Amino acid sequence: MPEETNAQPESDESVPPAEPKAAHLPLDKAIETQADLSAEINSLGEAYRRALKDGAQPETQPRLDYPPYRSSILRHPTKSLHHTDPETIELYSPAFGHQDVHALESDLTIQHNGEPQGERIIVAGRVLDGDGRPVAGQLVEIWQANASGRYIHKRDQHPAPIDPNFTGIGRCITGPDGSYRFTTIKPGAYPWKNHLNAWRPAHIHFSLFGTEFTQRIITQMYFPGDQLFPLDPIYQTIVDQDARDRLVASYDHSLTEPEWALGYNWDIVLTGAKRTWTENEALGAAGDDDNE
Amino acid sequence: MSNSTKLVPTPGQTVGPFYGYALPYEKDNELLAPGSPGSIRLQGTVYDGAGQTIPDAILEIWQPDSEGNVVQRTGSLVRDGYTFTGWGRGAVGNSGVYTFTTVNPGPTKSVPGKAAAAPFISVAVFARGLTNRLFTRIYLPENEEALASDPLLSSLDPERRKTLIARRDPDGGLTWDIRLQGEGETVFLDFQ
Repeated sequence: MPEETNAQPESDESVPPAEPKAAHLPLDKAIETQADLSAEINSLGEAYRRALKDGAQPETQPRLDYPPYRSSILRHPTKSLHHTDPETIELYSPAFGHQDVHALESDLTIQHNGEPQGERIIVAGRVLDGDGRPVAGQLVEIWQANASGRYIHKRDQHPAPIDPNFTGIGRCITGPDGSYRFTTIKPGAYPWKNHLNAWRPAHIHFSLFGTEFTQRIITQMYFPGDQLFPLDPIYQTIVDQDARDRLVASYDHSLTEPEWALGYNWDIVLTGAKRTWTENEALGAAGDDDNE
Repeated sequence: MSNSTKLVPTPGQTVGPFYGYALPYEKDNELLAPGSPGSIRLQGTVYDGAGQTIPDAILEIWQPDSEGNVVQRTGSLVRDGYTFTGWGRGAVGNSGVYTFTTVNPGPTKSVPGKAAAAPFISVAVFARGLTNRLFTRIYLPENEEALASDPLLSSLDPERRKTLIARRDPDGGLTWDIRLQGEGETVFLDFQ
């Protein structure tokens, strides 16, 4: 069964030797400690909880302006997003299929000649739109660090071992019921340079498409019970606890395979679809409706 | 459009710094082969709030073909060199510059009862430090009349409106920059 899928780069070509202690990003303001950051995170969280108590609407998405995530300071729009109705092309989504993705790309543990190190896991769930309809026949892409928290990326110089048998990239096309399923390795926590002793909770990056381009989303899936959640300025860009919880997979013993791999379930909900039959017919397009 | 049984959408998160080995793929930014008949270069630079170029942003474009048809063909990830799929992905280089080879989008047929929209390319922007993806549009600079009657453009003041209209290059291509913050901040869209 193991057969090299040609979409994956060879790890030893793309990765220079690790330079211990070298920063992958400029080490500015490294003097800031976790205590400094936690104070900022907690103060923003408390202000949000007070606002909720006073009747504010719950926030469901991350804040674009979230200063504890230092890289966001110069990269968030200062003007509010401009509301507009999606039109023409925005009401449709690119199509992906078997031309694009090989079935074996959903197994991240068979991309090399040997077994990767670490805890083998299955991550499965469904992609739904805001009305609860399955998003069928759409592309799901994931990427992640290996079991020791190292990414195969030339700018990741975390001095943890590369695993020659693990690249950390997977893809699949959702089934008719919106289902996806990956076999992979549980990623390790990952140190970064936001502040001194900053660690990302273990996570898998997910990239998702809906039936309309406005449903496009990239996010991160986390594992239950991670002690790093309250300390992580990226997870905490989502100030609402219920919203944050939506990024955490559940351990699911029914997905666990005996003597093989532990199972995690995570469903993803995209925004509601806006296209109506009238608009669909007016545009005369066909294509993704085959999948609906 | 609204209904009481709506599920709450899953939050987005930043694409982070390490998408570079995962999201890009061969010919990702070539919706057509460079140099093929009708192809144009779409390029631009992504800037932060200090006016510095951003070396770790990745863009996706989604557009109709030159006739205005919404093409929904598979094959974007493994391009055969002939099929126009309408979708592409392009990471910026170290100098913050992205490039696509594509076609001028044609005007899509208007919806009865609505003003005709000027042709545009839909864009999703991802970057390290950007906590959630941003949507915007690239309009072609020609056809002032269609631009003037466009529902989105006509709702913006002239300074902001400019940020959504590309410049036509001498070689027939398009240049369109993104400013995430500050002076000349690009208009980003909310569809909800």
